[in-house]
Amino acid sequence: MFKRAEGDTRRSVTIHVEGRAIEAREGDSVSAALLASGLDARRATAVSGAKRLPYCMMGVCFDCLVTIDGVGNRQGCLVPVVDGMQIEIQKGKREIGK
Amino acid sequence: MRKDYDVAVVGGGLLGSAIAWGLGRLGQRVAVLDEGDIAKRASRANFALVWVQSKGLGMPAYTGWTVRGSQAWPKLADELKAQTDLDVALQQNGGFHLTLGEAEYEQRTQLVARMHNQTGAADYRMEMLLASEVKKMLPLIGPEVSGGSFCPFDGHVNSLRTFRAFHTGMKQFGVDYLPERPVASIAGDGGEFRLATSQGEMRAAKVVLAAGNVNQTLAPMVGLSAPMGPTRGQIVVTERTVPFLPHPLTTIRQTDEGTVMIGDSKEDELDDRVQNLPINAVMADRAQRMFPHLARLNVVRSWTGIRVMPKDGFPIYDQSETHPGAFVACCHSGVTLAANHAFDIARMVKGGALEPELVGAFTAQRFVNDAGAGGSGYY
Repeated sequence: MFKRAEGDTRRSVTIHVEGRAIEAREGDSVSAALLASGLDARRATAVSGAKRLPYCMMGVCFDCLVTIDGVGNRQGCLVPVVDGMQIEIQKGKREIGK
Repeated sequence: MRKDYDVAVVGGGLLGSAIAWGLGRLGQRVAVLDEGDIAKRASRANFALVWVQSKGLGMPAYTGWTVRGSQAWPKLADELKAQTDLDVALQQNGGFHLTLGEAEYEQRTQLVARMHNQTGAADYRMEMLLASEVKKMLPLIGPEVSGGSFCPFDGHVNSLRTFRAFHTGMKQFGVDYLPERPVASIAGDGGEFRLATSQGEMRAAKVVLAAGNVNQTLAPMVGLSAPMGPTRGQIVVTERTVPFLPHPLTTIRQTDEGTVMIGDSKEDELDDRVQNLPINAVMADRAQRMFPHLARLNVVRSWTGIRVMPKDGFPIYDQSETHPGAFVACCHSGVTLAANHAFDIARMVKGGALEPELVGAFTAQRFVNDAGAGGSGYY
């Protein structure tokens, strides 16, 4: 659904989503990278399990919650991608030890 | 507008709405006179335990009243669900008070022994467990936990949803809920009470004072007394996490929707506008020593709230001798005792007499000869 703008010359970085290598660009937020990846990046909400995607992209709505490098409930829209980052799509409530 | 009622309940918090719901359920015509949204409302600040262990040290009748309340809760939860379709998430599979280090374990052991030596208290089977035994039931405890007391009757509930269920339910029973009407004065004669509010006068055959700390000023208007002590508590709430705590603790519980509530502070203070942050730090530190994985969770909110606390910690239920038909009810444990208020106190108010075998010990007359011996209604 999302397409990168032409002429985007930013350096490419590689992140891993559920173990799968994905190309992102330096300066992307985790949420932007997920949306651009074309993968099904929908999380499940903590109480009802409803499927949600990042929405506000500015730190307000908390619909982008995601597990980053083993830490759950992080706001993907506020975290810039880093080469080698490990992303897990969050299914429901934050897990013990994450 | 003037309308006559069988009963005017002053106060629409958890206690007042429980009694009003109970009266409506018995077919009484009831008005609830409440303050507005900015009222200092213990109903929105409480910890939501349905708690038995260690209640009533110094007053065996309170132990009995508490056990009765705990045992009547399932009936209340079922009736609220059937009437309003709201599930209040009652869970009563036993609860813990955990101790950190040997000194706290010894202290708690002594308290359990004192409770057992008191008539009737042993019936509720509060017992001390070693850390190794606690770990079988709470696998995620940390190495500093020395053990704790366990009582099989303890539990918890979603208290905000209970509050909502009472209000939804009493409306269905035809109770008139009238907010923004603090009561300025009450006059009573000829079998009728006239309550002056900011929005006009209200008349009722009986009046139940269930206004929390405000009972202290309202009660003398109808020949009653309700000596209260100022108490506030603070609570810290984490983000939602997967269920890890199968039993509630005195200081930590996990709600049915996954948040973790931490809190057991007690200050002699009535100003709820500013939090005492060092207290939150101690509570959070103790919580993460009990369950180390909590240290990773984000805190999403914290608050300070006023508790309703009769001067000696035990409930007050009285009917006025000079103004028959005027009742006062106040207690600290509005959640634990909710079923008693909804079923027992409502029945007694409708019948026009408190039942001494159930609530005779809770008259405020006890303060007349004894300036409040400092019991243990709490903990």
